[in-house]
Amino acid sequence: MPANSAKASLRSALAPNPRNLRAYQALVLALVFALWYVLTSPTLLPPFYFDNPHKAAFFFGEPQKVLGRIWAWFVSGEIYRHLWVTLIETLLAFAIGTGLGVAIGIWLALSPSASAILDPYIKGLNAMPRVILAPIFFVWFGLGMASKVALGVTLVFFIVFFNVYQGVREVSPVVLANAQMLGATPRQLLRHVYLPSAMSWVFASLHNSVGLAFVGAVVGEYLGSAEGVGYLIHQAEGVFDINTVFAGILLLTGFALVLDWLVGRIERRLMVWQPRRSETEPI
Amino acid sequence: MSAALSLENITCTFLSREDRAQRYTAVRDTTLAVGEGEFVSVVGPTGCGKSTLLNVAAGLLQPSAGRVLVRGEPLSGLNRRAGYIFQADALMPWRNALENVVAGLEFRRVERREAAAVGERWLRRVGLGGFADRYPHQLSGGMRKRVALAQTLILDPQILLMDEPFSALDVQTRQLMENELLELWSADRKSVLFITHDLEEAISLSDRVVVLSAGPETRPIGEFAIDLPRPRDVSEIRLTPRFIDLHARIWHAMKEEVLKGYARQQRQG
Repeated sequence: MPANSAKASLRSALAPNPRNLRAYQALVLALVFALWYVLTSPTLLPPFYFDNPHKAAFFFGEPQKVLGRIWAWFVSGEIYRHLWVTLIETLLAFAIGTGLGVAIGIWLALSPSASAILDPYIKGLNAMPRVILAPIFFVWFGLGMASKVALGVTLVFFIVFFNVYQGVREVSPVVLANAQMLGATPRQLLRHVYLPSAMSWVFASLHNSVGLAFVGAVVGEYLGSAEGVGYLIHQAEGVFDINTVFAGILLLTGFALVLDWLVGRIERRLMVWQPRRSETEPI
Repeated sequence: MSAALSLENITCTFLSREDRAQRYTAVRDTTLAVGEGEFVSVVGPTGCGKSTLLNVAAGLLQPSAGRVLVRGEPLSGLNRRAGYIFQADALMPWRNALENVVAGLEFRRVERREAAAVGERWLRRVGLGGFADRYPHQLSGGMRKRVALAQTLILDPQILLMDEPFSALDVQTRQLMENELLELWSADRKSVLFITHDLEEAISLSDRVVVLSAGPETRPIGEFAIDLPRPRDVSEIRLTPRFIDLHARIWHAMKEEVLKGYARQQRQG
């Protein structure tokens, strides 16, 4: 029957598939915002938890005001200075932490005695809650960017370091022996065998460390600074402006996603040699 | 004239990593020589230390006792005159076929464009002309072995060490590869030390077959000259009476060792 087949085709169009994936993802976002709006609006629902209808909005903000805040930031241009500072701190922490992690990871993986000696200290430093170092960094590097970068570096470094260390140690012994038999010098082994082999581990860790570089920058700003998105959030919190706090959080989330996407792009570009799961095309 | 490669009284004893007092002697007092341009196969039951011998010949492993001579000179460090074809996949997965083939030239700082030209030639020679930009995971097992062959032969080593290179391939691919190997070999007659557990493969390829005893403490227990005429076709030569006769004689010498090795594995398993 035509009605049935129309229903079936509608159903197959609505079933989640790669084409309408984005639409479904947008729908989830819209639903969350709608729910947020309905639950916090002082007028829509009678108060069912708080005694005062305005309390929900006071504690959880209101989505339309949060978005309005972000809009106002960009229109007035006020946000660019803060965003720039936070981004620079994040990128610097990310770059320095990754560089140090790769260098020291390779060094310790290739030098068993050094790694045996330093092992307990590395474990200790990794176990230490490193956000605690923020006050020390403020004393050492002042309240400017440097202290935030330092905090971010301590967070990023260990993730990259452990992944590189693991990656270098798991180099296939056969590939290594083969490269040696083909005449590779120790330097060439490093450049052509150890590094590429560790790269897949590095990229896996970069997705984590992008987020942590942000954490370092924002927590640092939050604890003491005069600019940056973390500073904005801290200021707003001081005057109980919960909408601005949420606006800052949303903004940071968006930028962390953009950075993560960039890392993913670079990863796909550099990791073409990795096998991917192949899918057959239905005819 | 000194042999291209000779192993003299090689003994290899491994210490157990967990317990220093536990020793395992894989190879005991083995002497083996490969003449200039000679194709020698070493056969023996599984787990008898064949690969250990090859690693010693390559300089990847220091023997506990004995010495390795390359053209009469004692070997120290890696054997720079030798090319090694590994049993497992040894290609660098992050390099495509051409980049893998030219790796050795790159390590020797041959100019890039020149290396690529030679590499292309070698890829065509092993029948992979159109596959230069494929990565190892995009190639079949047989193709990867061809790339590995080209990768090693491009450096023109005087000695070729091969560790069960075709054991992971299916029977048809394997015979094709064996014929290709013979063809490549006959072009410039390198000295070959070929390790295998497959007696038919050993006989059809070699000038000489050395039979090893079951491990531990492996040593050669027999040597057979293979006087089959060349050029050979590995799938056809297996049907000739001379081949069958040689096979019967060598198998007779091997059988007891194979059963011993099998019994030992059963006990351990």
